Amino acid sequence: MHARTDAADETAASWPDDIFATLQRFDVRQVPYVPDAGHSRLIERVLASSTMRGVSLTTEEEGVALLAGAWAGGQRGVLLMQSSGVGNCINMLSLIPILRFPFLTLVTMRGEWGEFNPWQVPMGSTTQGVFELSGVQVLRASLAAEVPAVLGAAASQAYYALTPTAVLLSQRLIGAKVFTK
Amino acid sequence: MSKANLLDRRQIVSTLLANRKDVVAIGGLGASTNDMCAAGDHARNFYLWGGMGGAAMIGLGLALAQPKLPVLVITGDGEMLMGLGSFATIGLQKPANLSIAVLDNEAYGETGGQTSHTSAAVDLVGVAKACGIPDSRAISTMAEVEAFAKAVHDVQAGPRFANMKIDNAALERILPTRDGTYIVNRLRGDLGFAPI
Repeated sequence: MHARTDAADETAASWPDDIFATLQRFDVRQVPYVPDAGHSRLIERVLASSTMRGVSLTTEEEGVALLAGAWAGGQRGVLLMQSSGVGNCINMLSLIPILRFPFLTLVTMRGEWGEFNPWQVPMGSTTQGVFELSGVQVLRASLAAEVPAVLGAAASQAYYALTPTAVLLSQRLIGAKVFTK
Repeated sequence: MSKANLLDRRQIVSTLLANRKDVVAIGGLGASTNDMCAAGDHARNFYLWGGMGGAAMIGLGLALAQPKLPVLVITGDGEMLMGLGSFATIGLQKPANLSIAVLDNEAYGETGGQTSHTSAAVDLVGVAKACGIPDSRAISTMAEVEAFAKAVHDVQAGPRFANMKIDNAALERILPTRDGTYIVNRLRGDLGFAPI
């Protein structure tokens, strides 16, 4: 585990729980994920839940296909990943308009807002563009206080209007990873 | 190249689906999805025309959503190789109602017959076993196909995997509908789900 900035620690307890509550409210049942530090609290909540099935993936594109199958079987899902995983999904995102299933993904951002690791920057910089070119609408939450409203809007349009939606959880929100003191 | 005991893909798929009852079947991109159509169109056939590498994961999502229904993925060696990690993900989740059958012709038949990794190096049964799917079978006779078809209906004892070596005979293409939304909504309707 790596330390987080003080700013992130102050808010770490609340916004992942807000996300979990929203997912519960929308009866989300399958939660495929590739682990990320920014999602660790939410993943813990999912794995402890009696109504949600957390599904650990080997690569993010598996999660897109899983959600298509979940919908065919009558369940809603959400894909948790970090920005570097978005590139791994590109061809599989073609299933979304073809099969027209509700697609919601929550993406913790790297490569922005005080990033230390240059290797995260290229994919982090193109994450939003990749989604938009692939037909996925992008919403962003940069502050803990806006997480509930953004998640509510994203879940509504994804599950009720079948608008493919990605929520980018900004590195400002989750706190830049600290490698050196 | 000529090998003994190569099975006929259409005969395999017809046998797997002959007494299907409530089985939901997912056909992987390529000839497998056509084989499913050749065996007879069905509301519970989920034909893929894209998303290469995703067939097994679509099967997992369906199997987790409908744990009492037998879910059968029928795909090819090339499609399975592209989603090799899904063996690991399925091995971890252990969906008891999920079966995967690979029709292995050791080649990319739709793109000119280029040899695939299974022709010389990769043993998909070994991969599946090593990924946590102990019921993984190398099938070379129709009797074994029939036994696997029966096992598919046991939704308590999966996941299970079967690799079936098939011949490379050129067959007439039997094309299913290409309308993905229709395919999914027809399946959902048959499972009792209303449109949104």
